[in-house]
This record gives sequence, structure tokens and C-alpha cells, in this order.
Amino acid sequence: MTKTDPRDGLVEHLPALRAFALSLTRNGATADDMVQDTVVKAWTNIDKFAEGTNMRAWLFTILRNTYYSSRRKARREVADVDGVFTETLSVKPEHDGRLNLSDFRRVFETLPDEQREALILVGASGFSYEEAAEMCGVAVGTIKSRANRGRARLAELLDLNAESAFELTDAATVAVVSGGAPVAP
Amino acid sequence: MSKTSDEDHDPIAALIDANLKRVYSDLVQEELPDRFKDLLAVLKAQETQEKAGK
Repeated sequence: MTKTDPRDGLVEHLPALRAFALSLTRNGATADDMVQDTVVKAWTNIDKFAEGTNMRAWLFTILRNTYYSSRRKARREVADVDGVFTETLSVKPEHDGRLNLSDFRRVFETLPDEQREALILVGASGFSYEEAAEMCGVAVGTIKSRANRGRARLAELLDLNAESAFELTDAATVAVVSGGAPVAP
Repeated sequence: MSKTSDEDHDPIAALIDANLKRVYSDLVQEELPDRFKDLLAVLKAQETQEKAGK
């Protein structure tokens, strides 16, 4: 019987890993460098990966540690500019009741790292709060509060209230059911 | 633990999460740069070489 090498499984996680890196760094070149570092670290430290556990979570953890340690280094050299432009970024939903995805992305990118990270992990990529907490090395309550603060900030910047959200969710559901991408006018 | 602020019951949170999923899935579907497949090939080749050298 041949024993499978867990490293053979790396490749299938790369698209998700890169998506996570892009969300964290907001920069294509930096994201790809982070993914490259992560792959090399994972490859050389594969003995630290517990087989049978979630490889994606393991890879995401390596990537975020890489990101935060490089950020700490960078911080000593340049000022943190997070949040500088957020006050002028408020956007309203379009009249046709759809939330413009590029507006959403632009506003999302203004959130602090910790909130973006929590939202991507639990809101977008389907990790549980417990898994995300473990990956970030914080309490479950901390992840929940980061995610909720992130959602609240997005709602504020996108001018969402319960009524508009209901209409927009409805429109988005219709778009998904009818086969995805909105048709350009 | 209570489920008070859960996205299941909050239309704003549900809308935000739906958009997060769209943004994220667009990123996941981007074509993977060749450098990563090349990198894995190089790592594999290095190891084969090391083993052969022993």
C-alpha cells in the first residue's frame, strides 16, 4: 500500500488561499508573494500538519501569520493608513435595488485587517466561528465581535437599513435563482 | 451561547454575507498564476534530487 503524501493536496487549496491573501493584502503582487511563502512553509513543515485535519485551515493560518509578521515589520517604517479615506467613501445602493459589487468591494477594503479577516473566514469562506477563532488564535467571542463590527461598519458605509436590505436581498436572490450575473443595460 | 445577532435573522447581515460570498468566489475563480504550479514542481524536483543524493 502506498502512503499518500499530504503535500499532493496543497494544489487544490491554492485558489482559496490566494483569494484569502487578496482579501487580506488588497494587493495582487503582495498576495501572490504571501501565497508563495505559505506554500514553501507548508511544504517544508508538512510534518507539522496533522493528517485528517483541515488542510485549508492550516494553510490559511500560515498565510495570516506570514501577513501579520510582515505587516509588523512594515509598520515600523510607514504609518498605518487604514481608515484614512473611509469617511468619504459612503455609497448608496443603486436605484434598481442592486448593491453594486465593486462599491461593496471598495468599501470592504477600508475595514481594518481584523474585521476583513473575520468576515472572509466566517462570512465568505464558510469556516465556523470556532474554526476561525482557532486560526486567528483568539476567543470565539472576539471573532464574533470582529465580524459583527465589520458588518455594522459596512452597513453604515453602504447606507443599508433593514428595509433596503430586505429589498436588496430579494433582488440578489432573484438574480441567483435566474442564473447568476446581472445583465448589463 | 445565544444566537441573538445571528445573520440568519438579520437581513442586513444576510445581505452583507451574500455579497462577501460573491466577492470571495470571484477571487477564488480567478485563474491561478503559473508561478504556483511551477513552484510546486520545483519543490518536488528538489526533494527527488535530495533523496537520490542520499
